[in-house]
Amino acid sequence: MAKITYIEFLNKKKHVIEVPNGMTIMDGAVQNAIPGVDAECGGACACATCHVYIDENFFNKISKIESAEQDMLDMAYEPNKLSRLSCQIVVNDDLDGMVVNLPLKQA
Amino acid sequence: MIKTDAVVVGAGPVGLFVVHQLGIIGLKAEIIDNLDKIGGQCIELYPDKPIYDIPAIPECTGEGLTKNLLEQIKPFKPNFHLNERVEAVSQNKNEWKVETSKKKIFITPNIIIAGGVGSFEPRKFFVKNVEKFENNGVFYSVKNKNDFKNKKVCIFGGGDSALDWAIELSKISDVILVHRRNEFRGAEHSAEIVKKLEKEGKLKIKTPFQINSIEGEKKVNAITIKNEDGKIEKIKTDCVLGFFGLIMKLGPIAEWGLNLEKKTIPVNTENFQTNKEGIFAIGDICTYPGKLKLILSGFHEGALAARACFKIAKPNVAYRFEYTTTSKSIQERLGVKKGD
Ligand SMILES: Cc1cc2nc3c(=O)[nH]c(=O)nc-3n(C[C@H](O)[C@H](O)[C@H](O)COP(=O)(O)OP(=O)(O)OC[C@H]3O[C@@H](n4cnc5c(N)ncnc54)[C@H](O)[C@@H]3O)c2cc1C
Ligand code: FES
Repeated sequence: MAKITYIEFLNKKKHVIEVPNGMTIMDGAVQNAIPGVDAECGGACACATCHVYIDENFFNKISKIESAEQDMLDMAYEPNKLSRLSCQIVVNDDLDGMVVNLPLKQA
Repeated sequence: MIKTDAVVVGAGPVGLFVVHQLGIIGLKAEIIDNLDKIGGQCIELYPDKPIYDIPAIPECTGEGLTKNLLEQIKPFKPNFHLNERVEAVSQNKNEWKVETSKKKIFITPNIIIAGGVGSFEPRKFFVKNVEKFENNGVFYSVKNKNDFKNKKVCIFGGGDSALDWAIELSKISDVILVHRRNEFRGAEHSAEIVKKLEKEGKLKIKTPFQINSIEGEKKVNAITIKNEDGKIEKIKTDCVLGFFGLIMKLGPIAEWGLNLEKKTIPVNTENFQTNKEGIFAIGDICTYPGKLKLILSGFHEGALAARACFKIAKPNVAYRFEYTTTSKSIQERLGVKKGD
């Protein structure tokens, strides 16, 4: 279990969610109806509509980005060096306290 | 006007297999798809990637699956209407009228919607005023390359389309290829050609940059691009081409009165009929308790929907359940009946 803080882009509203281990950062957002994550493909790394910016302090703690995800990120809205697809990040205890910034829009 | 037993909306794997299920019970189908090719997500999103959970096929690719499905429905000689989007569905006496973007009209007692997540559309630039220039300086495909002859062209993207068009257009126009990172995801070979052309001064590459703005009054005259550190550069250009892949948009299906839930169509699990008699939804587009977005589930849904179509298309004929192994009439329809 990890406490994840999702921050909306425009109003900077915070949503603190306890996400069980084994679920993804995308699942945590979608199941709690946090606005800003669409996840059209349901987590198949095929839509790039679950794009988020990971807090700098945590970026290196999460699983490394695979090339399929990197390719998909090309299609996201304004990706930067902290960009990830949230469906590709599986939660474990080490991610407790992680902050995830949501983009202005998905697609 | 085309009359048929069933109109299938969507030529993805599930739409293809339902043609088989309709065919073996003697129903004729017309299939319509917005894409220029057959196969839905399997062909558009992952033609070369392996699938491991098609029953009795340990491994096949998206393209392989599509090919086999086409082979399997060949005996029924289905008509495909590609590059056509189904726009409207309306009641026509006790049948349905289906209209496409090419103004074709179908009259049918049954519509089977196998529309997946909707129709594919190009992903677009997100900058201000970009709509204003669409097809007038800003493009997402190349219809006629001579439109770009002797012009300054900025191409955005890192996949095959971006690389291929950069190579092709560099022969007749002044090309700058812009991509958000230094690596290209398109074929290695094409990436090498692009880099070679850059060395020879035949095109320019700008990475890692993304679009920042489009400038111009009536037509595009410049763009600005920015990199990760916020550094902005201005480029004079006549046209901008964006190749960011496709995105699925539900499109007109949302307007057919089918009580959509989260962009999917609720159906019953007895025959996958929607809230309207004679309109069925199968595959990724349908929803019911326990729905799995898997190809194999879509096949099952199609089998049941096809039987329900039979009762509507032939109300005076009793439906008989038969096996393909032993039914003479099915084997005749398949064209495989051997003389006794
Ligand atoms: C990367 C990836 C990997 C996958 N791997 C697997 C796997 O291993 N196993 C598995 O079972 N599933 C897998 N899937 C899911 C599988 O591809 C889908 O479940 C399947 O494609 C759904 O088939 P469908 O026929 O319902 O819809 P689709 O394949 O989405 O086809 C729908 C078609 O309908 C057309 N359409 C939509 N609206 C209209 C309209 N108004 N007019 C005309 N045409 C229209 C679209 O253009 C499209 O061609 C994967 C998906 C992805 C993205
Ligand atoms: S949900 Fe589609 S890529 Fe993550």
